[in-house]
Amino acid sequence: MSLDLIYLLGFQLLASAACLVSSNARVRFTAMVLSAVSFLFSAHMFFEIRQNGAVQFLVDVPWISSLGVHFKVGMDGISFILVQLTNLLVPLIILSSFNRDITRPKAFYSLILFMQFALNGVFTAQDGFLFYIFWELALIPIWFICLVWGGEDSPRITLKFFIYTLTGSLCMLFALIFLYLQTPAPHTFDLDAFYALELEPGRQALVFWMLLAGFAVKIPLFPLHTWQPDTYTDAPTPGTMLLSGIMLKMGIYGLIRWLIPVVPAALDEWGHLAMMGAVAGIVYASCIALMQADFKRLIAYSSIAHVGLISAGILTRTPEGLQGGVVQMVAHGINAIGLFFIADMLMHRMRTREMAKLGGLAHREKIFSVCFMIVLLGSIALPLTNGFVGEFLLLNGIFQYGPWTALFAGTTVILGAVYMLRAYKAIMLGEDREANNDFTPLHLNEKALLVIVAALVLITGIWPSCITSVTEPAISNLLMLSKG
Amino acid sequence: MNPYLLIPLLPLLGFALNGTIGPRMPGRVVSWVSCGSLLVSFALSVKLFLELSAGQESVTVHAFSWIHAGSLHIDLSFLLDPLSSVMLLVVTGVGFLIHVYSIGYMKADEAYPRFMAYMNLFVFFMLLLVMGDNFVVMFAGWEGVGLCSFLLIGFWFRNHEFNEAARKAFVMNRIGDLGFLLGMFLIYRQFGSLDYQTVFESARLMPAGDPALVGIALLLFVGAIGKSAQIPLHTWLPDAMAGPTPVSALIHAATMVTAGVYMIVRSNVIYTLAEPAATAVLAIGLATALLAATIALRQNDIKKVLAYSTISQLGFMFVAAGMGAYTAAVFHLVTHAFFKALLFLGAGSVIHGLDGEQDIRQMGGLRRHMPRTHATFLVGTLSISGIPPLAGFFSKDEILAMGWSHAAMVFVALAFASVLTAVYMFRLYWLTFHGAYRGDKHAHESPSVMTLPLVVLALLAAVGGFIGAPSYLHLPHGLKSFLEPVIAMPAAHVVSHSFEYALAGISVIVLVAVIFITRYMYVTRSRIPLEPGEERGLGRILSRKYFIDELYHSMITAPLRGLSALFAVFDRYILDAVVNAIPRIIRSASGRLRLIQQGNIGVYVLGTAAGVVFLLIVSMLL
Repeated sequence: MSLDLIYLLGFQLLASAACLVSSNARVRFTAMVLSAVSFLFSAHMFFEIRQNGAVQFLVDVPWISSLGVHFKVGMDGISFILVQLTNLLVPLIILSSFNRDITRPKAFYSLILFMQFALNGVFTAQDGFLFYIFWELALIPIWFICLVWGGEDSPRITLKFFIYTLTGSLCMLFALIFLYLQTPAPHTFDLDAFYALELEPGRQALVFWMLLAGFAVKIPLFPLHTWQPDTYTDAPTPGTMLLSGIMLKMGIYGLIRWLIPVVPAALDEWGHLAMMGAVAGIVYASCIALMQADFKRLIAYSSIAHVGLISAGILTRTPEGLQGGVVQMVAHGINAIGLFFIADMLMHRMRTREMAKLGGLAHREKIFSVCFMIVLLGSIALPLTNGFVGEFLLLNGIFQYGPWTALFAGTTVILGAVYMLRAYKAIMLGEDREANNDFTPLHLNEKALLVIVAALVLITGIWPSCITSVTEPAISNLLMLSKG
Repeated sequence: MNPYLLIPLLPLLGFALNGTIGPRMPGRVVSWVSCGSLLVSFALSVKLFLELSAGQESVTVHAFSWIHAGSLHIDLSFLLDPLSSVMLLVVTGVGFLIHVYSIGYMKADEAYPRFMAYMNLFVFFMLLLVMGDNFVVMFAGWEGVGLCSFLLIGFWFRNHEFNEAARKAFVMNRIGDLGFLLGMFLIYRQFGSLDYQTVFESARLMPAGDPALVGIALLLFVGAIGKSAQIPLHTWLPDAMAGPTPVSALIHAATMVTAGVYMIVRSNVIYTLAEPAATAVLAIGLATALLAATIALRQNDIKKVLAYSTISQLGFMFVAAGMGAYTAAVFHLVTHAFFKALLFLGAGSVIHGLDGEQDIRQMGGLRRHMPRTHATFLVGTLSISGIPPLAGFFSKDEILAMGWSHAAMVFVALAFASVLTAVYMFRLYWLTFHGAYRGDKHAHESPSVMTLPLVVLALLAAVGGFIGAPSYLHLPHGLKSFLEPVIAMPAAHVVSHSFEYALAGISVIVLVAVIFITRYMYVTRSRIPLEPGEERGLGRILSRKYFIDELYHSMITAPLRGLSALFAVFDRYILDAVVNAIPRIIRSASGRLRLIQQGNIGVYVLGTAAGVVFLLIVSMLL
């Protein structure tokens, strides 16, 4: 039995605590080093994972035996990639905050690392109860980050966010308990037992809607997205990065792991409704993104469009759609971090993100304009960037589901180009301006972050097999489960 | 490693080098890197061409495996066959000449290394497009050239109008690209693969007119409409003239815009079996050839005339492809690359010699100041107008002859468009190079680094037609026999030799007439075109390009903006308001419910008793 996962989770929990006892001046470096160690440790598992689709690094110990709850964690290819994504992005998120004034830094970084712990737990939990615990544990740090370090309106916005996502979680909890009660006595929360259930369609439908509510709020899917633009815009940049880069993947991961294989019959019956919501969200959010004045808000809406596409692709239950979904989750995580960081740099230097008030910044820092362009191209899915691989597979999967649906979903190809290029034009192009003197030279950490993100955009776009070869067998396993 | 992988790789390296350390290198090194990489690519392309024409089989070169999911496997691999070989020669050959020319044209620009880097990147993507062994690699090149086109149109990014033109080009192309994407998905659904070989071999076995084939052909053609600026997605190309002139020559005349034609010829198996789609190609090509030619009659910007001319000539190529005359389409593609690159570079030389002046009303009499530019431009004009035995004559005649055997209507329309071509080209020629000089800038000839490529291109535009000489000259049609392995069913050439002689004779007479009439109008009578605002009637419609931009604005841009505003309002004031109302309802409901607990035990007992009674009634009823 490999204890790697226990070491990883335990280390992350300790790392979070270590930040609290660090000093205010040094805590950012402490957090950086600790999260880098997490990354290196989880990256070394690349050498150990076998591409056979099985759940590996499995640890299974009884926890609350009276309820049949186990502490059961493990990873198949999909979990593995999401764990890698989390542990790759958290150091980058910490790096992005280096030259920003952060009050109470010890608490701040401790919460980020705690969040990392909870996210790793969500992506590895193989027990429904444990999954729920991690799911809620992930909510707490991000809620504090948004509330304490957010903008002026944060109490109202975070309350709304909290109520939204808690309601969703309760629906999810209801579904998990319902599933638990369906398992043969003595009941269990074990995921494999859930997979083995063959519920009658009516019960499947109930579970489907309850789980979907929980996941759709997190992702968020149209029309449950109205917490998202405000929260993303108001949260401090590392918080926004955590939310969009990683946390929303919890919802999508939930669809893949806890919804599709558990209630296949309900998906046959009701899946098209969820699909409609996802696809409608693509067009809807893209259209709204067209007229945003604030760059960060624009990215927030474009994110709704992107995750709508990912969810739609996953709901097709085709290998292309699911593989595209996983690839695009990674791509979206990387690109979202890049774009939100760019928005943060604008805010930090120019004290505005309003595109009408910016312009001509391409005359300033070359590395900034080049990396911005590369990340933008990734986000509008130009071939040889990461966004293309995902979008191509997703749309392909959606096309196999329904050509007209693909046509609707495909409008993101056009609209995405429209609003992203408009933003680039407004911010970067045109005559240089006096106000641009505020755009001071980039710090080393800023350069490093931009270059890393841009390099990742290209590497995963040219060599997506580093992701797909790991996830391929896991996806075919899942699809077999969901087809009965 | 296969040495031919270097063909696309070298320009990519050139881009990487000039793009990163270019600004720190001397300008001469930048020029050597970018032109040198292309020259080697060209040499390799020639080697490949010689091997293929010596009878060597086509080869597939596998680079690495790119995307796979389920049964979908997409490799980054290249196909070296006669068709890609012809395209390689055009892209690297003409591309090299334009790169050399750019040294003279752009050297003074502060961002010269960036320019050369983008140009090399463009060539890389173009090579990817024509060398790809499956539709996805073609698409990667296809979108990549679109990106480079965007970067180069907006090269002078201080200017908002240029940036807007760049964005418009990218977005209009993206509309087409969505069609291309959907076409690929349909191919995958139908054939389970996107590799040329698998797809075409299975397609060959399908019945003609199969709906799936028609669908694929139509969807891919949507992509071609965008990339090759056909109606209704043509409006980006004239605006794209905002880019530096070598860009217009390379991207917006000789190579990128012909990608749509290449794609159809590459997929000729599908189009041959998809009659309705081929007819659509023919119809759109014909309409575009005519519409753009008429607009070109009333443009006063030297580059805009050439831009509409390009759109019109691309229309000719699509007509050929739509008739199944794929060789003729490629033939015209090649000769057009020669003479249109020549004309654009000539125009660039004029603009360079006049310090940026592009309005032909400010020109005139330039042949005295720019003898070499003038002579080469004249060759280009004669070639595009179709004077025998220049290149344009042969390729256009082949399409016309095909049109005659296809349908008389097609022939008449094409002949009319050909006459219009001669009219707008000679109008341009006389107004630019003859008569009295009307401008106030000091006109001067360009340096030889610019005029030398002009001379080479003029030679090609003059004699390039002999790669596809018609049978009545009793010369071999080299192109046709070379492309034989790629083109499934070459359209039968059923026109008699006497008809072809008559066609050649009549076209010479008509052209000579056009030359003299336009000379009389623009030189003897020295008629100067009007401002667009002064035009009346038909002239006004033509100078305003049939108001298509305005139409799109009111039909698409404005409604989209309205929709987006509507959604934004809905999101904020309806959807979000509903969500916000829920806690408010709960709060007010709980406010009322709280009043029940006022501490009076009698009321509680009453309530309990009422509940018990209620439950009893319910249990009895059930």
